[in-house]
Amino acid sequence: MSLTTDDVRHVARLARLALTDGEVEELRGELSAILAHVEQVREVATPDVPPTSHPYPLVNVLRADEPRPSLPPDEAVSTAPEAEDGRFRVPRMSHSEG
Amino acid sequence: MHALLTASAPELLALQEAGDASAVDIARAHLDRIAATDDRVHAFLHVTADAALAAAADVDRRRAAGEPLGPLAGVPVAVKDLFATCGVPTTAGSRILEGHRPVYDATVVARLHAADAVVLGKTNMDEFAMGSSGENSAYGPSRNPWDLDRVPGGSSAGSAAAVAALQAPLAVGTDTGGSIRQPASLSGLVGVKPTYGLVSRYGMFAFASSLDQAGPFARDVAGAALALEVIAGHDPLDSTSIPQAAPDLLAGLERGVEGLRVGVVAEFLATDGLAPGVKARVEDAIQRLGKLGAELVDVSLPHAQYALPAYYVIAPSECSSNLSRYDGVRYGLRVPAETAEQMMAVTREAGFGREVKRRIMIGTYALSAGYYDAYYVSAQRVRTLVTRDFADAYRRCDVLVGPTAPETAFRLGAKTADPLSMYLNDVFSIPSSLAGAPALSLPVGADERGLPVGLQIMAPVLGEATMLRAARALEADLALDPVPSGANALEAPRP
Repeated sequence: MSLTTDDVRHVARLARLALTDGEVEELRGELSAILAHVEQVREVATPDVPPTSHPYPLVNVLRADEPRPSLPPDEAVSTAPEAEDGRFRVPRMSHSEG
Repeated sequence: MHALLTASAPELLALQEAGDASAVDIARAHLDRIAATDDRVHAFLHVTADAALAAAADVDRRRAAGEPLGPLAGVPVAVKDLFATCGVPTTAGSRILEGHRPVYDATVVARLHAADAVVLGKTNMDEFAMGSSGENSAYGPSRNPWDLDRVPGGSSAGSAAAVAALQAPLAVGTDTGGSIRQPASLSGLVGVKPTYGLVSRYGMFAFASSLDQAGPFARDVAGAALALEVIAGHDPLDSTSIPQAAPDLLAGLERGVEGLRVGVVAEFLATDGLAPGVKARVEDAIQRLGKLGAELVDVSLPHAQYALPAYYVIAPSECSSNLSRYDGVRYGLRVPAETAEQMMAVTREAGFGREVKRRIMIGTYALSAGYYDAYYVSAQRVRTLVTRDFADAYRRCDVLVGPTAPETAFRLGAKTADPLSMYLNDVFSIPSSLAGAPALSLPVGADERGLPVGLQIMAPVLGEATMLRAARALEADLALDPVPSGANALEAPRP
């Protein structure tokens, strides 16, 4: 598996990482080598073997539907880089807005 | 060496009960040790000296008043910086969380407090627990007290270094693919990776959620068992927590290995990269188990060779999803930009280190459209094959043994240029991680350079008591000095 710089830039965009050109080039080589190594899994992963997503079988873990106190909003936003009126404040979502 | 520093956790409890030492004496001795040595070891990112002394004074006051005390009363513990500590800086070794003070305690931390342990502070680690040397910390590496030019292992680097340097008798770490066992092996400690779900993950910053598990470090098996008893047990705040009470791990600890069926994993001892000095000590330890009355059984884990590649699909995939929460909105670093999406991308670029970015990229690629079945689902199928191998082996034996890591502590910088060579450190620890089964590392002697070698003892799901009993029998037989030869030298004034 050999990645192109465009592949790396596409994945970086999906991962929300503003990589530098130097990093893109480094990662292209490193990721190609790592992916070549992990491709071994395909040698033995035949369709008759069911996938394991979780090592201990627990399904639909529910708690009693009882009201209980949760984190107060002012505490929840106390660690935020920017907050306003008990809410997280972020820059505008896109260039096209107002 | 100060007797309070070399004492084990059980010994520290006994000293207090006999009135020979107070919790404040014990806390002060360890805080002094940290102050005198951590400029060289760099085990801690944050020391909570005032809170530790206050907690110790409270234990002494309640003991004097005849009030009931918890099972770790007055015993100092160092906590990996991956656990949320209310009001106390928690960085996960990352620049993106520099200065972050969580508003709640992880369940592991809450249980340590409830057991009246004295928390000394937060230990250094590979960023978000990704690494095998501690060198991926954004705050500089920790060093191995056995040889300060070498790494203590990772990712729980500071937790291992603190216990080896006599800065704490106990520490808690986390293990996703070997991050407790490998540093325990490299630092001459007992390190336990419990069954997945035995210890709550609530408040433990997520790396790979289907693999992450918390566990103890100690210089002795009994100390590790005691600490594990305290942190284990069902937690309604973690939906993957096994719904049963904490196991009794101390009661049967001294029962020995007479008649125990010990499986020797053929593939592990035949691995090319296994250092001769490690192999020799591990084989000697296995023979000792035989002499102590265990029945040695040759077993095979034929798919173990696929465990490492499967892990390096599953762990990065889960990490790429888990670390999406670090987006400059709710906590940690924010680098300003015009739009929210740009802000997230430049914040993550500035806040994450190289290895974390590398794994986010691998995981994002493996989960992206068109590749999901080829990589992620294939790796999950391998996970099934590895789990079946273990099930076959445990039909014929009670525990499995082999090396913990392929080599002893390596020099700082030796593996940083080649990610795959660093990943190979976890080749023996990853199989039981994929199976969700417990495993520990026990010191079994030193290689030709005097560096510690660890034996890995693995057990089936919830087989902790048997695993610890086997470790205790071997520990008693070996009777090694648990104090590193270099730890005394740390005391010497610098030139």
